Amino acid sequence: MAVATQSAAPATTRWAIQVEGLTHRYGASRALDGLDLAVPWDERVAILGPNGAGKTTLLRVLATLVRPVAGRVILGGLALPGQAAAVRRHIGLVAHQTFLYDELTARENLIFYGRLYGVEDPGRRADRLLPRVGLAERANDRVRTFSRGLQQRLALARAIVHDPPILLLDEPETGLDVAGADLLDGLMTDDQGQRRTVLLTTHRLDRAVELADRAVVLLRGRVALDLPAADTNAVALAAAIRDERRPW
Amino acid sequence: MSVTSLPLADRQKETPSRTMAWYDWALAVATFVSFPAALYGAFVYAPTEAVQGDVQRIFYFHVPIAWLMYLSFFVVFVASILYLWKRGDQWDRLARCSAEIGVVFTTLVLITGMLWGRPIWGIWWTWDARLTSTLILWAIYVVYLMLRAYSDDRARGARYGAVLGIIGFADVPIVQMSVTWWRTIHPQPVISLEGNENLPPQMLFAMLVSLVAFTLFYVFVMRQRLRIESLKGEIEEIEQLQESER
Amino acid sequence: MTTFPGQVGALLWKDLLVELRTREILGGMVVFALLVLVIFNFAFDLRVDNVGGVAPGVLWVAFTFAGILGLGRSFIQEKDGGALDGLLAAPIDRGAIYLAKLLGNLLFMTVVEAIALPVFISFFNFGRITLELALIVFLGTVGFAAVGTLFSAMAANTRAREVMLPIMIFPISVPVVIASVEATALALGGSPFAQSLGWIELLVAFDLIFGILCFVVFDFVVEE
Repeated sequence: MAVATQSAAPATTRWAIQVEGLTHRYGASRALDGLDLAVPWDERVAILGPNGAGKTTLLRVLATLVRPVAGRVILGGLALPGQAAAVRRHIGLVAHQTFLYDELTARENLIFYGRLYGVEDPGRRADRLLPRVGLAERANDRVRTFSRGLQQRLALARAIVHDPPILLLDEPETGLDVAGADLLDGLMTDDQGQRRTVLLTTHRLDRAVELADRAVVLLRGRVALDLPAADTNAVALAAAIRDERRPW
Repeated sequence: MSVTSLPLADRQKETPSRTMAWYDWALAVATFVSFPAALYGAFVYAPTEAVQGDVQRIFYFHVPIAWLMYLSFFVVFVASILYLWKRGDQWDRLARCSAEIGVVFTTLVLITGMLWGRPIWGIWWTWDARLTSTLILWAIYVVYLMLRAYSDDRARGARYGAVLGIIGFADVPIVQMSVTWWRTIHPQPVISLEGNENLPPQMLFAMLVSLVAFTLFYVFVMRQRLRIESLKGEIEEIEQLQESER
Repeated sequence: MTTFPGQVGALLWKDLLVELRTREILGGMVVFALLVLVIFNFAFDLRVDNVGGVAPGVLWVAFTFAGILGLGRSFIQEKDGGALDGLLAAPIDRGAIYLAKLLGNLLFMTVVEAIALPVFISFFNFGRITLELALIVFLGTVGFAAVGTLFSAMAANTRAREVMLPIMIFPISVPVVIASVEATALALGGSPFAQSLGWIELLVAFDLIFGILCFVVFDFVVEE
């Protein structure tokens, strides 16, 4: 599936996400250390790894929120940082913060973000999305009255309000109950029934296997393991973590 | 490009030397020689002023320091623009160090202004145009230093500092204008420190010697300061490298 | 993608809606401004002959201090909810965020001024509301809010943020304060318009220069 762009970038490229030599520092520590990653269109990748491995930083770089110290990043044929503005239209983001406004209702939150993303008739879009995340009855309640789980559902809806081809999900199941977690799979196909390209970080190996085609394990800012999700098991992960001691 | 990316053997050639280069020594000597010359010029060579007497001699320090103050903040302005544009750490260092020295100079301008005012007017402070503008300037750059100190991480502090460095300097002429204008509408019945424009040549000469002395001082201190900051940066990089290789 | 005015409109709508529902900022600002007027009355024990000299300054103290309250809140809200990242990840111009915040702050300050000004005139028994006065107050507010909005974004990410904002704004906005107070004094005293023209020109110049400068520089403040 190709990204429909209005910029000068080529309409079709093979890779949805291309990362080369990505490096970033927070103060003294290196969050990303020469990371390389290539994700073809329609692939769902689970990013695994212990805390501090660089998962969140990677996602923030891809979401154009962070300008890395070094490295190349290309999304949908558009290179960062030069074309960051064009890239943002094609990305949906779920992060640790919900990005929701407590004083606005669920519907108003979606309409607001819809307008920012240039969605036509955001009101109608909100009305269609809210039932998909099971928030139809709470549409006109203020987000301040929502539990964490409901807020997370709304955050998921917010991420796809503009029907993006690429989804970046940072531990999207935080706070979700079982029913909420089931929604996740459905959100990963777009309005036309096509798969979105998805990068999701998670701590849970079982969910990674269920949701993703491919698992990438990060350790200390680099890719340690990269294999089909079905092949992932606890043994392989333990071996990778043991191997951390070895110099690259 | 950082020193730590070079192989070990080449690093020593690139690292700023712990000892000073010959031109830094020359600068140091020139600075230390020019100050006695400036003092001589101000206290012995220059004739006594008719109206104010010997108190006026502080003028030979007050005015050059004021010029250096503006120069320091202009350097901050330019370095700030360069930092936001090119993002090199050296621009940030330049801005930071120049702002520090600038604040010192500004404080000296205020103090010499007050020292002059006390015998002349009998009071420590007066809201004349020059002192008032300088006080505002002092406030702006002290806040600059605070902003950098209170920022959570280095890069953000550098960016915010650069923003304030640009805005602050852009404001300086407008502050001067508005304060001067305000003073002309509500004039003070006192003479200001500036005196008149046409100085006899001997006074002018004493002023210029003093200006040279302080300019050399500025350049010398800046070079030392920048060297120290640069070394600090190197040490941090090496520490980081060790940290990640462990 | 939404046009630039559309982006500003959406952002402004959101801020106004939030304020409407919480009424946090506006109420506090109004009360504070009125309190300042009351306290200055005691502080200066104003009699008829003193009023003309002191009153314009008092008015602007009330406006600027109340303004700082509002400016301070405008970005802290976004930071606490993490919502600023949500805005930065969206395909909008960073400048639109600045402009929307500026317009919001401007609106709040104007509401406060519209309430405080009549109160001021009756407390101090001095002056009339004229078009000239309204123009001066508007121009002064724009200048103050322009730098204040930028600094508020910086202060929100700094330690001691409540302290940093006022100490950043006040030295930089000295020209605005001087010009506004002087022009207000002339306007309230009934002087001919031509006399305050110079100060008004200074305000317009400040507003233009710093409005544009802050708008341009805002990008650097919010990027990471």
